[in-house]
Amino acid sequence: MILVVVEHDRGTIAAAALEALTAGARLASDRDDVVEALTIGASADALADQLATYGAAAVHQAHHDLLSDYGPEAWGEVVAQAAVTLRPTTVIATGTDRGNEVLAHAAARLDQPMVANCIEFTDGDVFHVTRVRWGGSLLEEAAVDASPVLFTVAHHAIEAQPADSPGAAEPRPFEPDLDPSLARSVVAERVERVAGITLSTAPVVVGGGRGVGSAEGFASLQELADLLGGVVGCSRAVTNNGWRNHTDQVGQTGTRIAPDIYFACGISGAIQHWVGAMASKNILAINTDPNANMVTKAGYAVIGDLHEVVPAISAEIRRRRGVN
Amino acid sequence: MKILVCVKRVPAPGARINITADGLAVDTAFLGFTTSPHEECALEAAVQLVEAGGGDVTVLTLGPAAAEEQLRYAASVGATSAVLLATDGSDWDPQRTARAITAAVADLEATGGPFDLILFGNESADSGGFQVGIRVAHALGRPIVNGAKGISIVDGTAEIWREADAGREVYRLPLPAVVGVKEGINLPRYPTMKGRLASKKLEIATVPATAEPGTQTMVSLRAPAEQASKTVVLGAGVEAVPAVVDLLESLGVLR
Repeated sequence: MILVVVEHDRGTIAAAALEALTAGARLASDRDDVVEALTIGASADALADQLATYGAAAVHQAHHDLLSDYGPEAWGEVVAQAAVTLRPTTVIATGTDRGNEVLAHAAARLDQPMVANCIEFTDGDVFHVTRVRWGGSLLEEAAVDASPVLFTVAHHAIEAQPADSPGAAEPRPFEPDLDPSLARSVVAERVERVAGITLSTAPVVVGGGRGVGSAEGFASLQELADLLGGVVGCSRAVTNNGWRNHTDQVGQTGTRIAPDIYFACGISGAIQHWVGAMASKNILAINTDPNANMVTKAGYAVIGDLHEVVPAISAEIRRRRGVN
Repeated sequence: MKILVCVKRVPAPGARINITADGLAVDTAFLGFTTSPHEECALEAAVQLVEAGGGDVTVLTLGPAAAEEQLRYAASVGATSAVLLATDGSDWDPQRTARAITAAVADLEATGGPFDLILFGNESADSGGFQVGIRVAHALGRPIVNGAKGISIVDGTAEIWREADAGREVYRLPLPAVVGVKEGINLPRYPTMKGRLASKKLEIATVPATAEPGTQTMVSLRAPAEQASKTVVLGAGVEAVPAVVDLLESLGVLR
């Protein structure tokens, strides 16, 4: 049996969870096995129908007073106990902050390896995976000798697909035995996000790099972003110079973006930045250097000084809107 | 407050990463090295906590002898003791790394007393296993929260906040605790001249790293298939602007 840990936040399923379940269903069909889901906390009980659509034959529903909100240690302990009790051959979780965290806790408790952010996996005498390193700019082939095999699926590596034949998603209560001390790392308080566009969901991102030259230099980028209903992003060099807050940083250690268009202005395109921007549907690089990595990797480029080009783009947009 | 910060020496790649001929390592012949970014911020967080509340910062790394460079850098920005768990520089799997660090922490605490706080980076820049800190915390029986964008000490409790899809999550961990830090928690300082001089005098306790390997084995490294991309140059300077706005119209972003 293949067990998929369903990531959710107080009952709201994470998009990555359906990708992980799709991966589990695929692996199950390869080896003529079944895929089952594990939901943690009663708030996730209502997800069973959705999990059926994606092929779950059964849903193990973990219930406990300590599971009313997220706690990395408590969730990891539940997964470890489920692995011991249900004896899956493989446990799959989401390749997200939360999914990697929970599975690492489970792996520590089971004293088994945990392979983070896999994009391919093949069963055999030894379990083989391909996983991402350097935020996706390098791939590692690894062999895993473990029982059970624990791995997470890199977010966006596999498209979530409903199963050809839905699973029964038969609900099965799972009662973990949790030590009260695990309450120490349960979420104590929350500050809910104010609704609005964020860097990771914006349809347009206007990004600036070292070439912007100063904090004030971002005014024209902000103007263009505002005109297009987008947001401003930046490279790590900009954050390190104190020109923008880290919340605007696109990259391996910042935010991964996926806008309809990314304007990369005065950005050289180091690996650190590229891996955060590469999921953009279109990239327009504006740079004085025609050989900059960002220019050669982008779909479109303007060779020129961003301080002239960016305000001119804003002016042209205004002009056309005025005419139309 | 006694704080231990665990850091990793990683290559500082530019526009691309090359792999050695045997496919087993990043070719670092022409690369500099740095401290993995999240860990640089963990170190800064530790130094700030000690500046505010007293105590000292120890920095530890597992890696080749050359990782002394990262330990001295840490000393130049405020760490006062350093431990090198020396390896031959080969790639250690996460279980093995965690076992070696756990044993080293036990040794350090046996002689120097317990650490109130042990900080890791959320994940390393190069291998990105997302687990060493969690394994060490579990082995030590201490709570851990990853992804910290804020740490403050309030009445013997480490108050941690982090970003999640739904907003900020706040955790209150009883000390001693372990925290995985994310970049953005602070802006790491640059070394001062005084700091640089102090770092030269730093005595580094070097101990051979020993631990049983885990059962995840790297077979090879490879670059992902390059997407065949041919850049369409829309023009030079402001003359390109009409073509840019035409493009925006065709993509439907000019609403």
